[in-house]
Amino acid sequence: MVHLAILLISPPFFLGVIAKTKATFAGRKGPPLLQMYYDLFRLCRKGTVYSRSTSVVLRLAPGMVCATLLMAGLFLPLSWPAPIHFSGDLIFFAYVLAFGRFLLLLSALDVGSSFAGMGASREATFGALSELAFFMGLVTLAVITRSVSFSGIFLWGGTHPMVRPAIVLLFLSFFLILLTENARVPIDDPNTHLELTMIHEAMLLDVGGPDLGLMLYGAAIKLFLFMVITVSCVWPPTGGFGLPEIGGFFAKMIGMAVVIGVVESSNSRLRLSKVPQLLVANFVITTLALLATILGGT
Amino acid sequence: MDWLLVGIILSAFFLLGLSRLTICIRVVAIQGALLSLLPILAKGSLAEVPLVLMTLGTFAIKAVAMPFLLFRSLREAAIRREVEPIISLHLSLLAGGGIAILAFSSLKALPKAIPPFSPIAVPVALTVVLIGFLLLISRRKAVTQVIGFLVLENGVFLFGMSLVAGFPLIVEMGILLDLLVGIFVMGIMMYHIHRTFDHIDIQPHSSDSVGAPAALPLHESERVTR
Repeated sequence: MVHLAILLISPPFFLGVIAKTKATFAGRKGPPLLQMYYDLFRLCRKGTVYSRSTSVVLRLAPGMVCATLLMAGLFLPLSWPAPIHFSGDLIFFAYVLAFGRFLLLLSALDVGSSFAGMGASREATFGALSELAFFMGLVTLAVITRSVSFSGIFLWGGTHPMVRPAIVLLFLSFFLILLTENARVPIDDPNTHLELTMIHEAMLLDVGGPDLGLMLYGAAIKLFLFMVITVSCVWPPTGGFGLPEIGGFFAKMIGMAVVIGVVESSNSRLRLSKVPQLLVANFVITTLALLATILGGT
Repeated sequence: MDWLLVGIILSAFFLLGLSRLTICIRVVAIQGALLSLLPILAKGSLAEVPLVLMTLGTFAIKAVAMPFLLFRSLREAAIRREVEPIISLHLSLLAGGGIAILAFSSLKALPKAIPPFSPIAVPVALTVVLIGFLLLISRRKAVTQVIGFLVLENGVFLFGMSLVAGFPLIVEMGILLDLLVGIFVMGIMMYHIHRTFDHIDIQPHSSDSVGAPAALPLHESERVTR
């Protein structure tokens, strides 16, 4: 229950932390930490307008995108073993996320706007490349810990993972995947509203009201999930359950959000043609991590 | 130990993917520095004087002198600041990944590294050598070829260290000096090529005339093409 409550309630808070960090860097006061919640409530009170050219897909998609992400969240151990785990849930996790992306792309194509289509095509391109690296990273984790379930992997067999160079490579690569999948700064600017350059926002242009709220909420959950994976590489879950564990979990997640904020403030957005190169480099890095793990012997 | 090796191989990958010449030279310097630390870490003591001398010498030449020379020739020949790859940077990165897989998968066929060195030292050396080759053949400028040559030499150095127990110090120092002189000569050559042809692009002249004719009279550009 606690797992589900954290998963349902906390994600928008971390977006607030990132926004606050960026504002501090820019010398502004920034929005309140809970701004995202206010936004969601505001959107939920509004009505929805559907364009005549859309079909049932657009109506179903927001709810389903959210549902797939929540589903994926049930497989990740936060600081204790996940509520649902079985051997091979790695693959399930990756494909549930991919299904969510597929629905998002479909809804973007459904509205028939050229901007949304452009956003969808970019998301598909970058998604294909980052998924490759993501799978490679998961395989490496599985090989290191000899386990094919997230709950098993992130317990690390009782040892601290930082002693291996491969884990540091994986941390870097998961961090890049996090930035790519959630359209953060070096890949895409979440604050930009110039249609020609944006990726995630472009797909949501024709979604409004509660639907937009759901989509944004889904994006927050997705960020939360990737933050959990990334942070688990450097600060592994203990496996216990209790108030200190929950406190520790929030501490490390806030630390991660601050790191994301710092990275976003100190980098500018990459040229669109440079992004695939970054992702290919990321893939090569994960491959290297896998090779070093399999053949390093240590 | 493994950390250094992974750092060395990562810097080789960076060289494949970077587009700024100055950063490329810095990365080569970092690679040289990592490489020079390797013998000390392998032995794990500062007690042996020749070892310390060799580390200092390697560091001075690979991480300080050669980048300095490269930067100087970069400045004097007024080279444009970007590498001009023949195959795109994405492709060369992917090729680098392929090279790594090839080198690591032939681990069984390669001779074993002598004990203080980690077993992945030999495939790492092979990867770095092959990436050096790739850099040599896939870049268009003379400076980037020198960089490729340096990477190649770093790989050979790593090979030598990890395969031969007690590699004679004097031989190693001799090779380093040769290398330094080589870079010197290449720097001077680049400068002179620059003086003679106004650029250090190694493409044959004919393809260059495509951009030139606007300035040249017609018959002259034809002559150049032939």
